[in-house]
Amino acid sequence: MFQALADPNRRHMVQRLCEGPASVSELAAPLQMTLSAVVQHLAVLEGAGLVRSQKIGRVRTCQLETQALRAAERWISERRSLWERRFDRLGAFLAENPEDPLEKNSK
Amino acid sequence: MSEPSVVHVSFSIERRYDASPARVFAAFSDPVAKRRWSACHDEGGLGEHMLDFREGGRETMRGAPAESGVYAMNATFQEIVPEQRIIYSYELLRDEFRLSISLATIEFHRDGAGTRLLFTEQAAFLDGHDRPEWREQGSRIGFDRLAEYLAQEQAPA
Amino acid sequence: MTERSVIHATVTVERVFRASPARVFAAWSSAEALSRWMSPVEDWQASYDHFDFRIGGGDRLRFGPPEGEAYVTESRFLDIVPDVRIISAGSMSTAGTRVTAGVLTVEFKAAASGCRMTLTEQTAFLDGHERPEDHEAGWQEILNKLAVELAREQQAA
Repeated sequence: MFQALADPNRRHMVQRLCEGPASVSELAAPLQMTLSAVVQHLAVLEGAGLVRSQKIGRVRTCQLETQALRAAERWISERRSLWERRFDRLGAFLAENPEDPLEKNSK
Repeated sequence: MSEPSVVHVSFSIERRYDASPARVFAAFSDPVAKRRWSACHDEGGLGEHMLDFREGGRETMRGAPAESGVYAMNATFQEIVPEQRIIYSYELLRDEFRLSISLATIEFHRDGAGTRLLFTEQAAFLDGHDRPEWREQGSRIGFDRLAEYLAQEQAPA
Repeated sequence: MTERSVIHATVTVERVFRASPARVFAAWSSAEALSRWMSPVEDWQASYDHFDFRIGGGDRLRFGPPEGEAYVTESRFLDIVPDVRIISAGSMSTAGTRVTAGVLTVEFKAAASGCRMTLTEQTAFLDGHERPEDHEAGWQEILNKLAVELAREQQAA
């Protein structure tokens, strides 16, 4: 998913959508590219589950698929803090057990 | 209902310990030592732990039943280089639901009399937004930290 | 002593095939189908020593020039959602030396003209033997062959 954001134009589009939903032409306006190029970038973002679009009348409106992003962020921060706590405990364990653990086990 | 989704992420943690690479490595390879510091207290307390520390061997952990469900971890050691490197792949499950599939790399570098430990996790996070409680808690988190992970993802390429 | 180093990188390759997600998924789910296209160099051959396509099952693939094997990959299937995704974890060796370990996610989504397939390789590149950019080029070549294979099937049908 984050690879979909490697492209600067796509990052620009996502940043715009962070402010709220936008039409395809609104997304294209600040970018130096054709509408069809914007549509192709949108397809990549939709494929990555980052953006959802909906056609109402003749206007296609895009919005950020924030749930997948937020769940992923939450998951990473949980995993990271879990490992931080584990590595704290590893430090405490090493300090409390200055002898070689292998020697200790062979006693 | 949400569509199936996979989010690919990575993060790393670096630590320095005043202990030789041999001692830090032993804290990973010895089942008794490993249980002492890595027991998943954070995931509902340690129920069962099994460690078969060899290439192709498995490590499994299952938390005690808790309100949030039973967490389980099933790992396979991909590579073991004594005192230098441990690489394993693992899946994390809550009840029957597969939360993630990861590759974890632990590098041990001699640093004076001590050891610099580098932990890197590359994870495929599955269908997270199907869990309503994560959705609610997640809504408090902004996009500020996204840049950090993006930078990590792009750095090696 | 060998100098140890690890580069962690994510390689993503995306391709739209003129075939349904079910047909592209099928091309990934049997050894017979895979061995027709799973090799990164023209004239190389791929063969599976075993292939057990189920969650918890695994495979062992050898590929290389006709006169000798160049690479061996061993992996285990960790998540399979029919017509949607396949996730496996494993490692690759050449001449008895492990060169990478990683998680491979292949996702299949319906697209207007067929199937949009996204392949994400989260890999630890070991000791400078392989480079992420070579893997990306290798996958592009493999997917060219897959496209030819899918077109050939289509004509035969």
